[in-house]
Amino acid sequence: MKYLDEFRDSAKARILVTEIEALVATMDVPHGRPLHIMEVCGGHTHSIFRFGIEGMLPKQIELVHGPGCPVCVLPMGRVDDGVNIAERPEVIFATFGDAMRVPGSRKSLIQAKADGADVRMVYSPLDALAIARKNPAREVVFFGLGFETTMPSTALTILQAESEQVANFSVFCNHITIVPTIKAILDSPDLELDGFLGPGHVSMVIGTAPYEFIANFYRKPMVVAGFEPLDILQSIWMVLKQIKEGRTDVENQYARVVPDKGNAAALSAVSRVYELRQFFEWRGLGSIDHSGVKLRDEYKQFDAERKFSIPNIKIADPKSCQCGEVLKGMIKPWQCKVFGSACTPEMPLGALMVSSEGACAAYYQ
Amino acid sequence: MCLGIPGRIVRIDDAATMRATVDISGVRRQVNIACIVDEEHPVSSCVGDWVLVHVGFAMSRIDEAEAVETLRILTELGEARAELEAIHLSAAHLGGHPA
Ligand code: SF4
Repeated sequence: MKYLDEFRDSAKARILVTEIEALVATMDVPHGRPLHIMEVCGGHTHSIFRFGIEGMLPKQIELVHGPGCPVCVLPMGRVDDGVNIAERPEVIFATFGDAMRVPGSRKSLIQAKADGADVRMVYSPLDALAIARKNPAREVVFFGLGFETTMPSTALTILQAESEQVANFSVFCNHITIVPTIKAILDSPDLELDGFLGPGHVSMVIGTAPYEFIANFYRKPMVVAGFEPLDILQSIWMVLKQIKEGRTDVENQYARVVPDKGNAAALSAVSRVYELRQFFEWRGLGSIDHSGVKLRDEYKQFDAERKFSIPNIKIADPKSCQCGEVLKGMIKPWQCKVFGSACTPEMPLGALMVSSEGACAAYYQ
Repeated sequence: MCLGIPGRIVRIDDAATMRATVDISGVRRQVNIACIVDEEHPVSSCVGDWVLVHVGFAMSRIDEAEAVETLRILTELGEARAELEAIHLSAAHLGGHPA
């Protein structure tokens, strides 16, 4: 489509930067500090660094890199449980590449693989299901990760496995849900945020209505944003305009991909297969109520947590790690005491250093 | 895994299991299209559609009209800015304020 590249057009980006500068110049910036706009989604963090967007913005605007990198917020205990399953001799453990280097308390998946576990990188849960079909004598476990963006694909894969009666396929489900997470962030007392860039691809599944509480109850502007430079700049401009005009609305900059009502087929697969967990543990953020999902009883034969007994131990984040403060925007990555010393992309201590969607790894580049 | 990649549906492989082949910048891969099919868009109408592909699933149709509309807003913004600048510039030449 010829309209894909146009969202990287540098002349248009300059126009937007000028508009942003002009708008900020007419605004009273509150409390004598820069305006804090949080991008919730790790995909945005990735794009912001890739295209150098922070450097284009006037100094009155600061971007806060939020918790929306599902790999980064996976707690050590869950990685340990995954490693534990992967180390069973009968198991083929299939995972997205991003998750391979997330540190556990004993080892990461990549270390487990080096030690002989059969860990395989896959692009899609469907590929994991294909491995299961090909290896009927083995147990294939897919490491289910991600927000609502990837939740439907795992659900549809489970439904596919059910219809084909693939008995040796299961999912170690670590899917998490965005709204309780944003709410937890908004409720944290030490936080100063003036607006949000909403996660584009989560929203194409859930639509824009679930964010209404942010505008109505917490009185913060929210603009669902695409991932190209023009998308991000335009969304920042839209947030600023709301602040300037004293409005708090949920707006959709990314209408070419995000229908306001979301995706009905994806949502129905999600509600068929999963139910909310009472709480789920997040790296750096602690336990957040109703922030994770698990498989419903009807699908328990596909639930790796029930198929294999897992230790399910909670492991505290390392003491020197300040991922939580970075995630909430209280400190910048380079202000973490171990940034670049005990914590580097080669030897990550905290998960924000692992994925290119994590704020620390992005700054380290 | 969260960014996804745009591709174009080139062939329906199996309507029953909702499998189609997508061309992603010259690379072909089979994807599941269950999430983009509904009464308005039956499987048979999908060939040629631009979709956003995430982990092997077409998760959203990319709406060309909306893409054009977003770009139009940006163009207008640029034109308005150019006009304002022209007003200011000629005001400066005349040594006065813009009328
Ligand atoms: S530098 Fe490492 S430990 Fe510190 S916040 Fe970043 S990822 Fe966490």
